[in-house]
Amino acid sequence: MTTQTGATAVARPGLGEPILTVNGMVKYFPITRGILFRSKIGDVKAVDGVDFVLHKGETLGVVGESGCGKSTLAKLLMRLETATAGTAIYDGRDIVAAKGGELRRLRRQVQMVMQDPYTSLNPRMTVGDIIAEPLVIHGVGGNDKARESRVRELLDVVGLNPEHINRYPHQFSGGQRQRVGIARALALNPEIIICDEPVSALDVSIQAQVINLLEKLQAELGLSYIFIAHDLSVVRHICDRVAVMYLGRIVELGTEDEIYSRATHPYTQALLSAVPVPDPDAREHRQIIRLSGDVPSPANPPSGCRFRTRCWKATDLCAQETPALIEREADPHLSACHYAERAEHIIG
Amino acid sequence: MGRHSQSIVEKESSPGPDDGGGHLLEVDDLYVEFRTGEGVAKVINGVSYHLDAGETLAVLGESGSGKSVTAQAIMGILDSPPGFVTGGRILYQGKDLLKVGEAERRAVRGREISIIFQDALSALNPVFTVGWQISEALRKREGLSKKDALERAVELMELVNIPAARERLKSYPHQFSGGMRQRVMIAMALAQQPNVVIADEPTTALDVTVQAQIMDLLGELRREMNTAMILITHDLGVVADVADRIAVMYAGRIIEHADVHALYRSPAHPYTLGLLNSIPRLDDKGKTLRTIPGLPPNLTKIPSGCPFHPRCRFVRDVCRSEVPPSLDLGGRQSACHFARELLAGELEPTRKEPEL
Repeated sequence: MTTQTGATAVARPGLGEPILTVNGMVKYFPITRGILFRSKIGDVKAVDGVDFVLHKGETLGVVGESGCGKSTLAKLLMRLETATAGTAIYDGRDIVAAKGGELRRLRRQVQMVMQDPYTSLNPRMTVGDIIAEPLVIHGVGGNDKARESRVRELLDVVGLNPEHINRYPHQFSGGQRQRVGIARALALNPEIIICDEPVSALDVSIQAQVINLLEKLQAELGLSYIFIAHDLSVVRHICDRVAVMYLGRIVELGTEDEIYSRATHPYTQALLSAVPVPDPDAREHRQIIRLSGDVPSPANPPSGCRFRTRCWKATDLCAQETPALIEREADPHLSACHYAERAEHIIG
Repeated sequence: MGRHSQSIVEKESSPGPDDGGGHLLEVDDLYVEFRTGEGVAKVINGVSYHLDAGETLAVLGESGSGKSVTAQAIMGILDSPPGFVTGGRILYQGKDLLKVGEAERRAVRGREISIIFQDALSALNPVFTVGWQISEALRKREGLSKKDALERAVELMELVNIPAARERLKSYPHQFSGGMRQRVMIAMALAQQPNVVIADEPTTALDVTVQAQIMDLLGELRREMNTAMILITHDLGVVADVADRIAVMYAGRIIEHADVHALYRSPAHPYTLGLLNSIPRLDDKGKTLRTIPGLPPNLTKIPSGCPFHPRCRFVRDVCRSEVPPSLDLGGRQSACHFARELLAGELEPTRKEPEL
């Protein structure tokens, strides 16, 4: 197995047993031209060599700007898209290569909570039917009566009134709808839940309710989460480890503390410094690293280190050689920068 | 900057109680309702705030709190029907904008007060070039020729740091990234050098690194042109970064109004306190977040008394029956019956922490 970043995903000691091992995950979307005679003229390299290990019971955060490939990664792990290359091993079986019945069995174990609670629930189905649908599709949960009691139980677990089983999504608020989405994800008793921006569409006061619910469920059911978000404060709050993505690759991966207090990759440092801190007294002594320009197009990413076009440390080496995601001298966690070093006082 | 409130007894000069005159822009006891098929939604219920030259006022609130509707009323772009202003005044340089005719209103819009919308992709017209859109106001309103207006558009695009401005004049909005589109919006808002810019969630749709660029740019332009800004947002982080004063809105009312430092240090309203407690912070990995239970009220059925009482941890009987007046706490205001006790840390909760 060769991977683009050179690093092979290895389990981290002390974090429990690995439950999902992702190696060399690649997804290219072809760019075509012409209608009658379609020809491929390039690729959008949405995910380009991602390796990581998810441990049992942990929450792995995936952060990055829009277009960095974090949602594509989620779809690959759900097999909503098929990877161009790479493996994702769950329980000895490869999600990428699985077919038919095997894939269906795997999907039972990996469920997803979508970003937008307004469009991810079918408006013509009652919440009871929405939550029962995974049970019906997978032919589990017994007869209709048994399923209904399971749905009521799930509504109760996510903090909704079981009496509301026959209501429609429009009768619920955004936060409540997200709870319905969570109940649906829990219906099949999965081991892994992929949360793709689960709280970004919600108001601040409702966000906290949903975050607390996700944490409670994890503690009670021993779930493992892959938590995709662009809000770095939320990610710090809920995650044990964090992967920072840039243009389809993980540029830094470490525990919550390693990323937020001891980041060594310039992109992570810039990202963290740009997060507004809710403390007006901090604004005088905060140092914000200003990145110029936008993220380059994933159809034509820069050579070598993909961040070099916006990096203040970039040299010729960065253009020629892709930095591997390895442990660097500056701090013992994975960082893909030739010049990895810690910066002081990024936060606050 | 740098004014801190050590004690609530100590009087502060600003933000003082409204004296009715001398402010650049003043919203005075504004009422707006939306007449819909499901009933009348009372969207704005007696909102007052003021803005002086060169300062930044943040209007903070969750969706449905009425923060954007107030802005639309100031701009005179409220969709009517269903929206109707049913009371109050909007004074710009002493003149009530609600009383003047459409022609005069037009003269204010853009030239005196302009607005930056949240979603630049839908605010820009997809079928016209960016240069044409930026120069439109200059041609129609300033009477510039097509050539001169485009020349000025290039200057404006350079002002907002759009690279290769001249080449990009003929680009369409979809050819720009989110951050660049927001810069185009800012260039349009500044085209006629207004005194007041209303920024309605200008960075909500953007990534943090781009958000930092845009907030920087707004701050820079504001200082250079001495423009006053109303920043409408739900992001407590952004507010802390740029605002001088904050007005917190809930159910169409301003429930707290204070200097930004004072408000973050010691909120004087249970809702503000709840909001500050419920956000996860980058500089602090807490345990369970303290949430505000329940939901914001349905504006067709605003609860009696204090609109926040069904969600408030400190609720007392009086809160259910009497609408709290805006208490003046020495340079800051709070619409809570027990604001003084809350500030002094003497208010005991009457409800437990909410369950999940």
